[in-house]
Amino acid sequence: MLKTSVRALVLILIMTVLTGVVYPLAVTGITALFFPAQVHGSLLYKNGKMVGSALIGQNFSDPKYFQGRPSSAGQDGYDGTSSSGSNLGPTNKILLEAVAARADKIRAANDLNSTAPVPSDLVTSSASGLDPHISPTAANLQIARVAKIRDLSENEVKVLVNQNTEKSQFGFLGEPRVNVLKLNLALDALIKGEDRE
Amino acid sequence: MKNMDFLQIAIFFIALLLLAIPLGRYMTKVYEKEKTCPDKILLPLEKLIYRLAGIDANCKMNWREYLAAVLCFNLIGILVLFLILLLQGVLPLNPQGFAGLKWDLALNTAVSFVTNTNWQAYSGESTMSYLSQMTGLTVQNFLSAATGMVVVIALIRGLRRREGNTIGNFWVDLVRTILWILLPLSIVGAVLLASQGVIQNFSHYLTYTTINGGQQTLAMGPVASQEAIKMLGTNGGGFMNANSAHPFENPTPFSNLLEMLFIFLIPVGLTLTFGRMTGNIKQGKVILAAMLILFALGLSVCYGAEDSGNPLLQSAGTSNSLSMEGKDVRFGLVNDTLFTTITTAASCGAVNNMHDSLTPMGGFIPMLQIMLGEVVFGGVGSGLYGMLVFVILTVFIVGLMVGRTPEYLGKKIESREIKMATLAVLVPAATILLFSATAAVTPAGTSSIANPGPHGLSEILYAFASGAGNNGSAFAGLNANTLFFNLGMALAMLTGRFGVIIPVLAIAGSMAAKKTVAANAGTFETTGPLFAGLLVGVVLIIGALTFFPALALGPIVEHFLMWGGKVF
Repeated sequence: MLKTSVRALVLILIMTVLTGVVYPLAVTGITALFFPAQVHGSLLYKNGKMVGSALIGQNFSDPKYFQGRPSSAGQDGYDGTSSSGSNLGPTNKILLEAVAARADKIRAANDLNSTAPVPSDLVTSSASGLDPHISPTAANLQIARVAKIRDLSENEVKVLVNQNTEKSQFGFLGEPRVNVLKLNLALDALIKGEDRE
Repeated sequence: MKNMDFLQIAIFFIALLLLAIPLGRYMTKVYEKEKTCPDKILLPLEKLIYRLAGIDANCKMNWREYLAAVLCFNLIGILVLFLILLLQGVLPLNPQGFAGLKWDLALNTAVSFVTNTNWQAYSGESTMSYLSQMTGLTVQNFLSAATGMVVVIALIRGLRRREGNTIGNFWVDLVRTILWILLPLSIVGAVLLASQGVIQNFSHYLTYTTINGGQQTLAMGPVASQEAIKMLGTNGGGFMNANSAHPFENPTPFSNLLEMLFIFLIPVGLTLTFGRMTGNIKQGKVILAAMLILFALGLSVCYGAEDSGNPLLQSAGTSNSLSMEGKDVRFGLVNDTLFTTITTAASCGAVNNMHDSLTPMGGFIPMLQIMLGEVVFGGVGSGLYGMLVFVILTVFIVGLMVGRTPEYLGKKIESREIKMATLAVLVPAATILLFSATAAVTPAGTSSIANPGPHGLSEILYAFASGAGNNGSAFAGLNANTLFFNLGMALAMLTGRFGVIIPVLAIAGSMAAKKTVAANAGTFETTGPLFAGLLVGVVLIIGALTFFPALALGPIVEHFLMWGGKVF
C-alpha cells in the first residue's frame, strides 16, 4: 500500500507539472500569438483610455445612454468581480415584484403608456450579471428617448443601433443582439464628430 | 418549435457524430496500444513518466489491485488539492492576494474536483488564486476525467476477457488517457475558445472608469486552458462564478456550440470504443441509440417548458411569457435548453443559464437526468459504466421474463453481478433521498434555502442529486458554503462516486473470470431496436419509481401552482 501511495503521489506531481503548468503556459503562448486582443479581454478604448470590454456589460444610468439589462452581479450590478444571476425562482414574489417595478420605470423613462408591455430581457436579470447585450426590440424601445435627449433624429440613432446589432453567428447560431457599450460609444463619437464641424 | 431552433439542434448532433466517430476509433487504438499519430512525441514522454514514478508498464492487475490503485490515487489527490487550497494565501501566483480557504470549504472543493463533480460552494473570481485554479483545479479536471475513463475501460476488458483475472494496469491506462486523449483535445479546444474571446492571461484584475462615470473591475486569469478541459472532461467547474454564462468563459454562440460539443464528444466516442473493443460495434451503437432516445425526451420537455415560459412574468408586464431571468441574450432559448439538457445528461454541470430561475419543468429535466444516474452519454467514462450497469439489469429482467439464465456478450450474468449492479444503482439513489430528507427537516438544511415554497425543496433535492451524481450544477440560490452543506455534500460526492466505481470494478473482475458461451437460439439479442427500447424503459422505470414522490413535491407541484397563478 505504501508503494502504491508513493507512486500515486509522484504521478500526481508529474501531472501537476504537465497539466497544471506546462499545458496552461503552452496555451497562453499559442493564444497570445494568434489572438492577442481576445486573451486580454477584448478591451475597448476611448481617447486612448480603457473604458471596458466588448464582452462585458456596464451600468448605464444616464438617460442619454442606452440601458442594458438589470444585473445581479455584486451590490450595484455589473460588478466584474462577482458575476452572478439572481437565482430567483419562477414563483418567487420578489422576482415578480422586481419585474413589475422595473417595467414601470422603463415605461416612465421612455414615455410609454402605463400598461404597455416591455421586452422580457429589459426587466429580468441575466445569468452572468454581465450580459453586454439587449434584444433589438429592447433597443428600439429606447431610440426615441435617446434621440430626444441628444437632439438627434430618430433615424440617426436607428442607424447606429443597426450598426451595433450582431446577427446570428454564421447566419444560424444564437440570437440577434445589440451590444450596449459599443452602441453608446458610437453615440458619444457621433456627437463629438459634429462638435468639430 | 422555430425552424432555426431545430436547425441548431440538428447541426449540433451532426457535428457531434462527425467528430465522435473518428475519436471512438482513435481511443480504441490508444487503449489497445496500437499505433497512433502522436506516438513519436508521446511514447518517449510516456516512458519517462513510468521511469520517474516507478511504474512497471507490463504488470497486469486483477480487479482488487486496480481498485486499490484507483482509491489510493484519488485519496492522495484529495489531500494534495486540500493542502493547495488551504495554503493558497502563502503560495505564489496570487495577484489579488486571496486568503487560504477555510478547512470545510477546502475539503468540500477538494473532494468535489477529485470526484469529477465540481460542485462549487465558492465564487471563483473572488476566492481562487491563479495558482489554485491552474495547479489545483485544472490538474484534477484532467485526473478525475481520466479516472472515470480508465474505470470504464477496465470494465470493458472484464466483459470481453476470457477466463482471465486481470483487467489492465491502472497507471498505464491513466497516463495514456491524459497524454493521448485529454491533453491534445484540450490544447485544440482552448485555442478555439480563445479565438472567440475566452481570456487567457495572468494579469491583475483591470479597473477603469466607465463612460457613464462609474468604476468597473474585471476579473482576469488563465481561463481558456481551464475551460477546455472543464468541458472535455465533463468536469463543469467554472473559473468564474457565473460559469459558462460568463462572457469571458463563453463569449459567443459559437463558443457555446463548441462547449456543448466538448461535453458530449468523449462520452459518445466511448460508446463506439466499447463496441470496437468488444468486437461488435453494434453493441456500442445500441447503447448510443438508447442514449439518444432518452436525450431527445429530456430535451423536448425542457425546451417545451421554457418555450411556454412563465405566465406570471407576463402578468407583471412583459410582452410575452418568455422568461429571460437567469439567461443571457446571445445564446437564445434553444441554446440555453440544449446546454442545460446536455450538461445534466452528462455529469458536466457547467451552466450557461441559471437553473434556479428555469421554469419548474425546465428545471425538472436537469434534476431528473442527474437522478437517473447521468447515463445519457453521461460523464466521461462514468456515463458508460453507469449505462452498462443498466444494461446488466435489463438483460437480467429480460432473462426473468423468458425464463433463461441471462447472458451479455456471451457471458452468463449471475447473482454476484446483479447484486453489484443493484448496489451501483441504489447507493447514489439512497444518498440523494436520505441526505435531502435530512436537510429538509433540519434548520441547518432549511436555513440555506433561497426561494420559498416548493422551489425551496427543489433547491435541496437538486443539490444532493448534483453531489451524489457528481454533476456539480446547482439551483445556485441555495447557500452552500455552510458547515452542514460543505460536509454533507462532500460525503454525498464520495458515496456517489465510489459507491458506483467499487461495484463496477467488482463486476469487471467477476466477468473477466467467466467462460464465454456460444450464442444459440435462446440467446437474447442485445444489438437490436428491441433491446434499445427495453433499456430505455428500464432506466426510466427505475428512475421514476425511485424519485417520483420527491419530484412531485418539488418541481411538479410548482409547475401546477405557477400555471394556477400562485406566488410565494
